[in-house]
Parts: sequence; C-alpha cells; structure tokens
Amino acid sequence: MSGEIAAAFAKAKARGEGALVAYAMAGDPDLPRSVDVFAALVEGGADILELGVAFSDPIADGPVIQAASERALKAGATLQRVMDEVVPAVRKRCPNTPLVVMTYVNIVMALGEERYAKLARERGISGTILPDLPPEESTGLRSTFDAAGLELIPLCAPTTPPARAEAIAKDGRGFVYCVSVAGVTGMRAELPKDLSSRLELVRRASPVPVVAGFGISTAEQARVIGAHADGVVVGSALVRAAHSGGPAAARELCAEIKRGLKR
Amino acid sequence: MSMETSTGRFGRYGGRYVPETLVPALLELEAAYAAARADPSFDEEVARVLKEFVGRETPLTPARRLTESWGGAHVWLKREDLAHTGAHKINNTIGQVLLARRMGKKRIIAETGAGQHGVATATACALFGFPCEVYMGALDVERQSLNVFRMRALGATVRPVESGSKTLKDAMNEAIRTWVAQVEDTHYVIGSAAGPHPYPTIVRDFQSVIGREVRAQSQAAFGRLPDAITACIGGGSNAIGICHPFIGDKDVRLVGVEAGGHGLNSGQHGASLTLGTEGVLHGTRSLVLQDAHGQIQEAHSISAGLDYPGVGPELAHLAKQGRLEVRTATDDEALRAFYEVARTEGILPALETSHAFARAAELARELGKGKHLVINCSGRGDKDVATIAAKGIPATGHEGKA
Ligand SMILES: Cc1ncc(COP(=O)(O)O)c(C=O)c1O
Repeated sequence: MSGEIAAAFAKAKARGEGALVAYAMAGDPDLPRSVDVFAALVEGGADILELGVAFSDPIADGPVIQAASERALKAGATLQRVMDEVVPAVRKRCPNTPLVVMTYVNIVMALGEERYAKLARERGISGTILPDLPPEESTGLRSTFDAAGLELIPLCAPTTPPARAEAIAKDGRGFVYCVSVAGVTGMRAELPKDLSSRLELVRRASPVPVVAGFGISTAEQARVIGAHADGVVVGSALVRAAHSGGPAAARELCAEIKRGLKR
Repeated sequence: MSMETSTGRFGRYGGRYVPETLVPALLELEAAYAAARADPSFDEEVARVLKEFVGRETPLTPARRLTESWGGAHVWLKREDLAHTGAHKINNTIGQVLLARRMGKKRIIAETGAGQHGVATATACALFGFPCEVYMGALDVERQSLNVFRMRALGATVRPVESGSKTLKDAMNEAIRTWVAQVEDTHYVIGSAAGPHPYPTIVRDFQSVIGREVRAQSQAAFGRLPDAITACIGGGSNAIGICHPFIGDKDVRLVGVEAGGHGLNSGQHGASLTLGTEGVLHGTRSLVLQDAHGQIQEAHSISAGLDYPGVGPELAHLAKQGRLEVRTATDDEALRAFYEVARTEGILPALETSHAFARAAELARELGKGKHLVINCSGRGDKDVATIAAKGIPATGHEGKA
C-alpha cells in the first residue's frame, strides 16, 4: 500500500488535530485555476486533497457539486486531462499532501481499470473514492487497485446495518469514508444524532482511519464530529466558497474548519 | 427460463452500482419481492387488479389490412394501447405499488420522460392511496403538457428537473438522489427494465404478463406460437415483457427496434444496443451512449419514451448473444408508420410503438406468407398528437383506398 494517507493522518494526530480532507472539483472554473484552488486548500490547512473528476450524471451529488461538474465538463476536464494537467501541477505545488481522486465508476471504466490504476500511481495519486461502487461490485476493481498500490477507499452510510458496516470497515483501504447523512452531498444545518455512535462502531472495526463527510460545512460541526472520527471531509462548502470567492475564500474556510479540528 | 447468470447479472450486464446508502434498501426490496413471489395471494391480487382495473387481458388483434398491404406474414397486434392509461407502463406500476404497500412504504416517487410512466404511477398511487412525486426533465414538462396535467389531476406532484439535459436521464438522476435522502419510507418505482438490481428483474416479471397472454392467445388464434415478435426499445420494458416468455422457444424470432432519430450517423439517436458501449448508468452495467471519456451522451428521438441513452441489462445480454435481433427506425420512418397504421387499421399508435411498426413491414415480408408476426402495440398515440400535428398532416391519398 502507498502509506501516504496513513502518514498524513498520523501527522495530524501528532499535532493534536483531526485531519481535514478537502474536496474541490478539478477543472472548476477551468483546469489551471482549479490548481490554484487545490493549492489554497493546502495553504488553509487541508491534510489530504480530494480531486473531484466530473461525470455527466453524478447521482451521489447535490446541487453545488452538480453545478461544479457541469462547469468542469464545459472546461474540458476529462479524467485523462485531469491526470495530465491538474495532478502534476498540484503535486508540484503541494508535494507533501496525499491526493485522492473522487469520481464515478463509469469514468474509470472508460479509461480502463488497470490503465487508470497505473496512471494514477505514476502521477502520485494515493487513493480513489467511487461513490457508486458498493462493496458487492468492487471486488475486481479493488484487487486491480491493490496490485497497483492504489487505495480503493470504501464508503459506509447511515443506512448500513452494523454488521455490514463492520465488514466494510475491516476491509478498509486508505481510510473509511462514513457518509454522515442519508442523502447527497451538500451542506446541512443539522447532522444526525446517532452519528457519533456509528463512527465509533466503524472505528473499532477499522484498521485504517475513519472520517465523516457529506453535510459538513462549519468549524463547529467539524469539532463535534472530530471528537469521534480521525477527520472530516468537506466538499460542497469549499466548492461554493471557491466558486463565489476564489482560492482565497476556500483557503479561509479551510483554516476556519481546521480550528474546529484542534483537540 | 431465466437469463440471470448470478444475482442481478445477465451475463456481463446488470449489478447494483449505487451509493452505499441505497444498498440496504435494494437488499430489502429484493427480499420483499422474493417473499411476495412466494406468496400466491400476491400474484392473485396483482392479477385481480390487472383484470378489474387495467382491463387485462388486452386483445391480440388480427391486422388484416396491414397483412394484405405488406404481402407477407399474418400480422397480429398485441393491444397494450387498450390497457388503462394507454400503455403497457401500468402493468409494472400496479405491481410495484402493491409491493410497496406490502413493504409498508409511505410514499412513492418515480421518474418519467414522455409522462406515460408518470401517469401510470400516479394512477396506481391514486388507486391505492399513496402520495406520489414524479420527477420529470424541465424540457419534457414543456413538451408533454397533456401528461403533466393528467399526473396533477390524479393528485401527483410533478417536480421539473433543471439539471443536465433536462430530460429523462436527468429526471432519473434526481429521483435516485431523492430516494437516497428518503429511502427509509419511500419506494422508487422505476419505469423500465433498467436501474440497479432487482429492478430489471421486477419490471421484467410484471411486464411478462404481455408475453404470457400472447402465448395463450396465439395458440387460440392460430394454433401455435408466433414465428416472430417485435417491439420498440427505449429502456426495454415492453420489449422484455413480450419477449421474455419466449426466450426458450428458439423458433420464435425476437426483434427489437431502437430509435434511429435523425439517423445512426447523425449522432442524434437513441440506439444504445446498436451503437452503445459498455458502461454504468443509473445503477446498472449495460450498453450506453457515451463519449470516449465515459460522459453520457444525450439521446434523441421524436418519441420521448425512446429518448434514453441506456437500455436494460437483460436486453443488452440477449442482444450480445444474438437471441434478440436489433434494428432501428428513424424519426421520419416512425412518422410514416404512424399514418400507415392509422389509415389501414384505425389505430393511432404511440410514436414509440410506431418505431416497431416502421420495421415490421420488412419483417413480415422476410417471414413470408403463412407465418405469424406479433407486434407489441405498446401504447396509444393520443399523448403524441401535438408533436405529430406540428409536422403537418399528409393528405389522404392511396393510403385510404379500400
Ligand atoms: C407507449 C410506450 N412504448 C414504449 C416506451 C418505451 O419504454 P420501454 O422500452 O421501457 O417499453 C414508452 C415509454 O415511455 C411508451 O410510453
């Protein structure tokens, strides 16, 4: 395994912080300017970067990320171009931050699963999140990724029964992504009350760090969740900040959320 | 004979490519459906409602003047256009809403393109007292105002979808997103034999009533099984419904007709079996219209019901195996077929159905005299009259001669 992800969590922990996994859409508003956004997220304190690769039919995403996908597609952000133009530039500006790709299974299939795994590792990608690939469908792809040293990060949902959640966690790679709300990506005013006990259950079973994501947009939410997880994922709030206020606004929001993650 | 190779797989196709949030609901649906199938009272209730309310069985009508005019096989029409709400879609919505009631679900959501499936879902919900929300692309809401009215009159809420191409595929995305958020108490009634497992199986089973009736009716009408069956293919529910009971009968040719739109070379069509490549759309692995980067392309057809860039996984498997023969008909060919059927048989077929008619003349001639061809008349054309009239009505000439 690549180990970069584990190292990033360990570093954050040593500093007495929960890790911040920060998401932005590669190619939004265009390919070069999205590199500025990723660099700003790291300046703001992001420990791991999640690069969204746009898909025409993003069923797991709410309106903010859907709109970002449409902008990225208009700007020509294919997986190949993200790998060729965005990833190397981000690597150069943020050499110490693990990169994770988040996209949909059809995008990876279209490039070719083995070809993608090899290319991703060559370009310095540590892991991949595919929100429409549940465990039943992921066996083949996971062994392809394992062979290449690319971590296929699994997701766990609020509707996942405990035994299934434990099985997902036990077999985790990179980190386990606990979806905090039953729903699509997007900011939420309130997070479910039983989230902390679910996080603890997954954490007990998982050999890798556990993060919560979907709906998190404030330092206060990060603080509450950070007490029960190894970190949080923030997506829509950062995408919205970058869209309306550019890299500086995204940097500030990262810094603010990071304050919530101090223990 | 089942075509399933393992749970939810038809050869390479099928599966359950959805967010983890939905997987437990799909497992629950699979189990509830298996239990319902094992309970004879469920089948009895579905059959009773289909008889009393939908008007089944639908006739198998001899098309005497088309037979004569085409000069080949005897032509028979399976009259799904005579089912309540005007299309085969109701067979599936009755079954699924009864299943949802068994599961104790509180509300129903659905997607719709032309509005036929939306109307059929709204109808089943009105009949059984469920609140119903139908997701429909904003463009389709404009184009299909008659069906929007029908859904609203039946008490359903129509939610226009503004994302993407604002058509059927986006309506389906939005319905899936809504379902993810409300999965505990909501059943999602998918309208074609597509989507994640177990939907392709459930929809196929509920639509197979068409083919089972054809088996019995053809025995009664001409003493044996048909030589060929043809149906249009959007997502594929009417096609799999009429064909499935015949898959094991190797002498019965199964012929599907896809939307050729402006022509296969135009890039504007709905021919996913003919020109699609393997991919994952709306939770299933099948043949889809996509670019080299895996972005789904917009489909085009004059009939909103065939305007879909994917196709059900079982049909993709049957087509790859060669069991299903696949042809296409263009918008113009479908329009010509619409008038031909109207003026020779006194039936206004749906534009979707008109695609099947457009290829049926050749098929009848290929089969030759003494053979029997059944065309699935999947729906009636009332919903399409505005679209068709806008193209100008051809003068009656020789088509009208007796
Ligand atoms: C009358 C009619 N026929 C056919 C179709 C195509 O769907 P399917 O291929 O699922 O039968 C539709 C869909 O709206 C329809 O309304």
